[in-house]
Order: sequence, then C-alpha cells, then structure tokens
Amino acid sequence: MATEQARIRVARPRHRPDVLNIIGVLFLIAIALWLIKNFIEAPADFYNLFLIGLTNGCVYGLVAIGYSLVYGILELINFAHGDVFMLGGMLVATMTTSWALTNKSGIVLWLFILLMLLIAMAFCATINTTIEIVAYRRLRNAPRLAPLITAIGMSFILQNIGLVWKGARPTSVPDILPHGTVFTIGGVPYTWNRLIVVLFTIPVLLALMWLVQRTRHGKAMRATAQDRDAAAMMGISVNRTISFTFFIAGSLAGAAALLYALYITNIRYTEGFRVGLIAFTAAVLGGIGNLPGAVLGGLVIGFVESFNNGLGWHAPGSDWTQSIIFAILILILVFRPEGLLGERTPEGV
Amino acid sequence: MAPGMQAVRDRAPALKRQSMPRAKRAAIVGIPAFFVLAITGSASLGLIVAALIFFALYIPAWDVLPLGKWIVPLGVILIAVLYPVYQPNLFDVLIFGNFPSVDTGVTMMIFIMMALGLNIVVGYAGLLDLGYVAFYAMGAYTVAWFASQHFSNVNVHAGGVGTAPSTPGFHISIWIVLIIAGVFATIGGILIGFPTLRLRGDYLAIVTLGFGEIMPQVANNGDNLLGHNITNGPQGINPIDPPGFGDTLHNAVGLPSDYLSSTNSTRLFYWTALFLVLFTVFCSARLRDSRLGRAWIAIREDETAAAAMGVPLMRTKTWAYAGGAFFGGVAGAYYGSFKGGTFPGDFYFNISVFILCMVILGGMGNIWGVIVGAAFLSYLNQEGLANIGAWMNKNGVSDFFFGKDIDVPLYTSGIFGIILVLTMLFRPEGLIPSERRKAEFREGVHDQPLYDVTHE
Repeated sequence: MATEQARIRVARPRHRPDVLNIIGVLFLIAIALWLIKNFIEAPADFYNLFLIGLTNGCVYGLVAIGYSLVYGILELINFAHGDVFMLGGMLVATMTTSWALTNKSGIVLWLFILLMLLIAMAFCATINTTIEIVAYRRLRNAPRLAPLITAIGMSFILQNIGLVWKGARPTSVPDILPHGTVFTIGGVPYTWNRLIVVLFTIPVLLALMWLVQRTRHGKAMRATAQDRDAAAMMGISVNRTISFTFFIAGSLAGAAALLYALYITNIRYTEGFRVGLIAFTAAVLGGIGNLPGAVLGGLVIGFVESFNNGLGWHAPGSDWTQSIIFAILILILVFRPEGLLGERTPEGV
Repeated sequence: MAPGMQAVRDRAPALKRQSMPRAKRAAIVGIPAFFVLAITGSASLGLIVAALIFFALYIPAWDVLPLGKWIVPLGVILIAVLYPVYQPNLFDVLIFGNFPSVDTGVTMMIFIMMALGLNIVVGYAGLLDLGYVAFYAMGAYTVAWFASQHFSNVNVHAGGVGTAPSTPGFHISIWIVLIIAGVFATIGGILIGFPTLRLRGDYLAIVTLGFGEIMPQVANNGDNLLGHNITNGPQGINPIDPPGFGDTLHNAVGLPSDYLSSTNSTRLFYWTALFLVLFTVFCSARLRDSRLGRAWIAIREDETAAAAMGVPLMRTKTWAYAGGAFFGGVAGAYYGSFKGGTFPGDFYFNISVFILCMVILGGMGNIWGVIVGAAFLSYLNQEGLANIGAWMNKNGVSDFFFGKDIDVPLYTSGIFGIILVLTMLFRPEGLIPSERRKAEFREGVHDQPLYDVTHE
C-alpha cells in the first residue's frame, strides 16, 4: 500500500550505528587522559582552572535555567534572554559606581549588594516580562519560526540599548567583593568572590525546583507546558502563568548579571549575546527544559572554557573557545538532542 | 488584421476593468504626495518623469495582454540598467536626500543576490538559516585565495587581470573564480546541511547559527592552522584582483580588460552585479516553478504530508541549502573582488540577521518582495540612515525629540531589530508577499511535530 510504504519510510526508527558510540567513548577517554596529563604537569594550575570553571559554570547555569524555563513552557528559544542579562549587568555597573560601593565594607556592603541583587532581579524580570507581552504573546499560534524571529529582533534592540547606554567599549565594574581566602586546595586559595557565586547558585536551583515541583504555580507551569489548551480548560490562566515564567527567568538573569558583573568586573554590550549562546548551549547540553540539567550543562561548559583557555599542555587556547562550545552545541543537537539529563519529549519543565 | 491586434481588442475590457482599482490607489497616494512635495519644494521635472514612468508600469494590468507579463520586468530591468546614466540628474527625495550612488548600488545588488539566495532556504523551503553569512564568507575567501598574492609559493596565472605575470599566487579569471566560489559554498552547504537538516525548525536555526559563529573564528585564527597560513588572520587578505576580461578579449571584442583601471569602473562593477542579480532572479524563478521548488513549498507547508506524498525530505532540504549556498558564495566572491579584500570582521552574526531581515521585510518566498526588501535595507545601511540622520539634525527634528543631535547610524542594529519585530507582529508575510505564504501566516500551518518525522 502506497501510504503504508510512505509511513514506513518516514517513521523508520533510527538505529545509531555502534561505531558512533565507540567514537564518542574514545573521544571522552582521550579528553580524560588529556586532563590527567595536564593535572600531573601542573596541579596548581589545574585546581585554579577548576575553580574558575566552577564559578563561571554557575553563572552560565543561572542564565541557562532562564532559557530552559522559557523553552519548557513555550518551546521558544528566547534569544533576547542573554541581552536581558547584559542590561542587568550594566545596571549593576551603574549602581556600583554611583553608590561608591568601593568605599564601603562589612555588613553595609553586603546590605548594598543584597539591595542591588533585588533591584537587578526586578529590573531584568520586568524587561523579560515586557518582551513576552510585546513580542511573543501575539504570536502564540503563529508558525513556529515567527516568535523566534521576533526574539532575534528583540535581542538586537536590547543590544543597541546597551550600546547607546554604555558605549562600545567594555564598562568596568568596581571590584567590591571581598577577596579573603575561604580555604585552600592544592596550594590554590578559594576566595570569597568566587565562593559567593556557587553559594548563590545552589540554593536558587533548589528553590526553583521546589517551586516547579511542589507549588501551585509550578503545577500550573507544568500543565501549561504540557498542553496549553487543556490547562486553560482546567482553569489555569495561561497568560499569567507564562508571564510568571518569564518573570522568574528574568529575575534569574538579573541575579546572574549581578554575580557576573561583580566577579568578572567588566561588561560590554555584546557580552549578552556571547553569554546567552553559551548558556543556551549549556541548556541544550543538560537537556533543555530540565532545570538541574541546565546547571550541570553550565558547569560542563564552564570547565570546558576554563580548561581550554588555561591548560598548558596541548590546549587549543582561548582563540578557539567559542568554536569548541559551538561545536559541542552542534554535536549535541545532532547526536543527542535530548541532552545529558533530558527526555525525548521536551515538554516537562 | 494581425492576430495579435485581435487579441488586444478582445482583452481591452479586461485591461480597463483590472486597471481601474490600481489607478484609484495610485491617485489616492500620488495626489497628496505631490502636494506635499510641491509645498516642500521637492517637486522637480525628474520627479514628475519618475512618477509617470512608475505609473505607466504600475497602473495598466499589462499581464492580460499577450506577452504583457514581460512588460513590467523589462521596464524595471531597463530602469536598473540605465541607473548609472541618469543617476547624477536625479532629484532629491524628502528626508532620504540623494538617490543612492552607483557605488552603493553595487553593494545593494550584492545584497539582493544574497537575499535571493537566503530566500531559497527560508522563503521556499521554510528552513530558518541564521548562519547564512558562512556561505558569504566561503565565497569571499575563495576569491581571496584564487585571485590574490596570498599563496606566495605558487605562481599560477589563468586569466587573472591587474597583475604582472611574475606576481606570485593564484591569479585566476574572476569569472571562473565566481563559479568555483559558488561550487565551494554549495559543497559547504551540503556538508553543513547533511548532518543538521533532520533537526526541527528552531534547533536547525541554532545549529546554523553555531556554524555561522564558528566561521569568522576560523577565519580569524586561520593564520596559523596547523602551521599553515590559510586566511591571514585578522588582517584579512588583500589586495584581491579586480574583475576583468583580460587583454585578449579586450582587443578582440572590446570587453573591458580590467575594471579597476578603466575610466567608468564603478559602472562596470554595477552592470556586472546587475547581471549576476538577473541570473539569480532567473534561477530563483525557474527553481521555484520546478519539481524541486514545488517539493520545497510542500515541505514548508506540511512536512509530514510532503513526506507521505513521497517527497524525500533530506534530499530536498539539502538541495535547498545547496541552492541558497551557491548564490551566497557567488555574491561573497563578487563582493570580495569589488572591495578588493576579505576580512574576517565582515562575517559576524549581524550580517546573517541583516540578510534575514531583508527577506522577511520584503516577503518570504516572493522574488519581487525580497528584491525590494534587500535593496531598501542595504541602501539604509549604506547611505540612508546617515542621510536621514543628517536631515533630522539639520531640520531640528533631533532637537525636538531628543534635545541634541543624534548619530542615527549608531542605532542601526536596533532599527533592524524593530523592523524584524514589527514585521513579524503586524505583517508576517512581508511587504510584498506571495499569496501562498500570506495564507500560511494568516491561517496558520498546523504542522508542528515535536521532532522531525524521522525521529519517531
């Protein structure tokens, strides 16, 4: 039967040849050997890079959660997310400078940082929610590519705002985080300004998982993600739930922006696009729509970046970091689109 | 009476009937516009002639006449061909200022070509490609390799112009290099497309974006690729040989031997670019109406149904990619030759989005629309925004709104972003849509499988 034949041709299950798996395993073994060799050559460097990777990875993870949340509920890649993050970083730069936080210390400083955190989160959440209302809401039922194109458009608009706001050069952020040593591994001190990033990410992830899995809002989010129409029939306000998701995603971007700006101590208008793509790669790597996966992906990317930039023995070097990250993105999408922790259906938040 | 005249007589009522609404529309827009222009002192003889020519092409429903469907395209081609001749005598447009210079015209033509190439991928086959700049880069580097002194340890001259026979490097005739560039880009497109095209729409977009971002980095770091200098790194490769036909053809049939050294060099660049655009238009139109083109449209509208009807998905999509890549490569090669250099800084993501913006604004899938969109946006990018900014600053518009003079070109990316958003929100089918695409956007296409069908 003609239709039957066509169906068979279309629905043929893809058996990945075992060769691919073997190549993948060999590749991972090669990377492990490379890391071990580097560790033996210069252990102190290795520890240092590990800590840098961990810190950056946490920031990427926080941004990646934003992509994952939005993708989970709308199946939309919110291209503008990275640029929301960038604007948050610029706001932090402005606040740190104008409040002269370099002169403050102790509990006052921490209170100011907390205040900045809240302001940055509120700022980014507002931008993100506004973007959803302006650019995505009308296109809920449009062809899939339409909201993706408006997302790119919004990303360009936000980048331009950043460019006009702070100019084309990187804006430096005063270094206000304390640099005291918390503990030392392998002769490398782990300082407060790095630890604070990790200390922030883990509770946020746990709180978010609690929110999504245990609360009514979370239930509404999961229901909307699974089936928007059915959720609406069950009395869930779909628009409000989606706005809420964008709000959460935006506030995470704001928090990440604060940590990034204070830790890296500079921000540029193109940074949002760069970090956004890295974080999106992290989200895909971990399994898009999966919250712990996003953080795990962020950590992996953070390690890839720091080891590649810094290791002394046969590392491709920072010229190639972006290419390697994009190559990972492409390979993951082609060979394992469900990511490390995800399932085949990208509908669960 | 000749049979042709008889046919015209027969169709005269139809001609009149179909022309009336257009005449009304033209009057509704044209008469107030004329008064505005007359009051602001911009009405000139050139303007009136231009308006008459436009209305002569627009108002009568030429296509009801025998051979009539050729009148409008031929008229437009004639206007385009003669542009360098009458351009110095043109009037100033309100706000926009001068008409684009012929030099800008060349850039516009090259971007039209790229937009038409991207239109094959995005407009016909419905695959969002965010890394189209990769093909442009491939073309530009091909011409940089085969028509410059970059490979100084070889000395191959095969029709290249503008260099002495003793100059080292490959110096191959630009016309051959254009074809090589197209073929290279096509191969690149197939290589990129083959593993990725089975991905669903937005994942495909991201993968192409990834390739598009890797490309400039490879170009940037290619001065020491495993010990070889492939791309000369951030300095780029220049000078690149100009186009030309060489002395033999020059002496035999009078074709220009070297564009750069001839007296009307810009015009030659312009006419060649125009020829390339016409070639692209011809190929686009023929491809669209071919079996392959109809398969692309079927995939765009409903992938599952198309597969069920026996359209081989992967092969068809790969051909779309290859076709788009070909024109991107040729355009990139010509641009490299026109600018006389290839630099890695020209191949970033914003160019991909810029070209995408042209396709979307003009009308995905419609050749006229894409040409208009590409011409307008590349004009804005080259001259228009600066002109508008100068006008705003001069006439106090900037003072009124912003309290100071503003640098309009600074807002280029934001303006393109706004164009993308507004077009998608309010007129997703573009300014000049194809009827079919319009229906898809208005009524929606209910084809959103979670994964590409081959996954299930």
